[in-house]
Amino acid sequence: MSLLEVSDLSVRFDTDDGQVHAVDRFSFTLGEREVVGVVGESGCGKSVSFMSLLRLLPETAIVSGTAMFDGVDLLSVPVSQLRRVRGRRIAFVFQEPMTSLNPAFKIGNQIGEVLRRHLGLSRPAARTRAIELLELVRIPAPDRRVDEYPHQLSGGMRQRVMIAMALACDPKILIADEPTTALDVTIQAGILDLMRDIRERLGTSIVLITHNLGVVADIADRVIVMYAGRKAEEAPVRELFARPQHPYTNGLLGAVPRPGAAADASRRLREIPGRVPSLAELPHACAFAPRCPRADAQSRSAVPELREVHPGHHVACFHPGPDAEAVA
Amino acid sequence: MTEPVLEVVDLVKHFPVRGFGARGVVHAVDGVSFSIGRGEMLGLVGESGSGKSTVANCVMRLVAPTSGTIRLRGQDITHLSRRSLRPLRRDMHMVFQDPYSSLDPRMTCGQIVGEPLSVQGIARGRELVRLVGDLFDRVGLRDELRFRYPHELSGGQRQRIGLARALAVSPALLVADEPVSALDVSVQASILNLLRDLQEDLGFSCLFITHDLATVEYLCDRVAVMYLGQVVELAPTSELFTEPRHPYTQALLSAAVVPDPDVQRSRSRIVLEGDVPSPLAPPSGCRFRTRCPLEHRSAPLSHEEEPPLVDLGGGHHVACHLVRPGAEETKLLDPAELAG
Repeated sequence: MSLLEVSDLSVRFDTDDGQVHAVDRFSFTLGEREVVGVVGESGCGKSVSFMSLLRLLPETAIVSGTAMFDGVDLLSVPVSQLRRVRGRRIAFVFQEPMTSLNPAFKIGNQIGEVLRRHLGLSRPAARTRAIELLELVRIPAPDRRVDEYPHQLSGGMRQRVMIAMALACDPKILIADEPTTALDVTIQAGILDLMRDIRERLGTSIVLITHNLGVVADIADRVIVMYAGRKAEEAPVRELFARPQHPYTNGLLGAVPRPGAAADASRRLREIPGRVPSLAELPHACAFAPRCPRADAQSRSAVPELREVHPGHHVACFHPGPDAEAVA
Repeated sequence: MTEPVLEVVDLVKHFPVRGFGARGVVHAVDGVSFSIGRGEMLGLVGESGSGKSTVANCVMRLVAPTSGTIRLRGQDITHLSRRSLRPLRRDMHMVFQDPYSSLDPRMTCGQIVGEPLSVQGIARGRELVRLVGDLFDRVGLRDELRFRYPHELSGGQRQRIGLARALAVSPALLVADEPVSALDVSVQASILNLLRDLQEDLGFSCLFITHDLATVEYLCDRVAVMYLGQVVELAPTSELFTEPRHPYTQALLSAAVVPDPDVQRSRSRIVLEGDVPSPLAPPSGCRFRTRCPLEHRSAPLSHEEEPPLVDLGGGHHVACHLVRPGAEETKLLDPAELAG
């Protein structure tokens, strides 16, 4: 039974230069206690699709499709009802912890605001709970930190505060948008440990939006690869890394330097030629075709639909399969 | 051995701070020494605040070092005036992290790439046009992009412009400060490949600054690891990755994520406690002692004395009181895991 079921989500933006198709018929489910990694490069629609679910996009966005959560469609319920879900049952953690926190308020008050608004706690009760939450995200000396301002905290600690705030109402789903991108590797490792721990202890389902394949390999159960607003591939994590089917996934995996690469000096990183297409007009074709070594007349004249190649492994490509040269 | 292209000895850069209730000195770089040989690529790795970019800026003389010596091809450039530095700008050039803000938006790409050539009086007129054309070709850009402005180009193309500009005067030393970290993964690969090809063809030396260990392993001959303004370990690349000795390097390597679920989920990790201390008041003695997993064994020496950077043999330098040749107890990681 899935917790969240998104079907045919499309997001368009009206701009002066015409419509931009940011997300095109994106479907996805999230199960209980599941960690799903959403991977893609900038502009692939990974952040926009999840922000649109909680209506966090500006009014120029035209959203269609359905997103069933707990018996309601998040995309059509009135805002008053959405407020009972947003930040309470489904919480968001953003990439940049410095700009997401208000520099003028103590962190205890910022966490407390969530508690007082959503759960109606009193000021003293909110403060006590805020300290518990800081302890939960393993911030040392939480009773002292609660009275500090964001600038007094390091980057890793600020991200922990953001996670504490997101967890304040014990949400069912945590959507984390590039939560470790701005952080150093040793700090990143700690945040990933924390998210694993939250899933274990609180049973929270997590959507992790990232461009880092290493992060996905570390924590995700299932991976979705997005390209130009569409889902290119979806598979259980081990399956995806062992048997990537979409040429774009193959390309991404080959483009990252791996440990041990120095041993073989002749080994080059794989390049994906060309660039991400403009989203102004989505072609009636495979969006990856102009950059794809496997593209043929079919790829250029029809949009490949997702199909299942192994149990649970879906790919939107006319010519799926692992690359010969990638299997080294 | 031939004379190194770049020699940095005991480099120190302190920034005084005043106001906002704080007063003191930021110890950004504190006693860093290394050299780069001809055609060598040296990776300078560290987390944010470790001082790696300040080292680059001192080498380029974009900031004036507090003390220490910088020699470029044997010539001391530490205290040269701007005017006397100018002819030497032919010998060293820099590629910046952000390809958006490091290109003048009012110049065409051809003008940007040609500027160092005309400033240095190397070429003008038709000759300049021809050289710029060659450079565009070298970095894999179509010739017609010469008449475009930077905003019309993608991030990867802009970084190619940055590289073409840096290599226009055929410098002996290229300083690259996180040149790919602002780019998408697939674009990163092409820039890294390009940098490797150009280095092989042109033979320049390179100081490559990054926080990404995998990139260094792919590109560099030797690696220096910085922590809080100091070099804690310096070794040939293959050695650093298969036999890291400083506890910080070991922790850093164990924390980097590997894009392979089976490998990544079976790795052991060294968790570092706490945060990097403030560079306003670095710890006495060994700067890593406040977070060091071996600290209980090195105290009280680590509190009192700064560990010198010692050669363990074969050019593998480590700054730790405990790490010596054969000191097996300081190896925290399973060698089989490190081999990858």
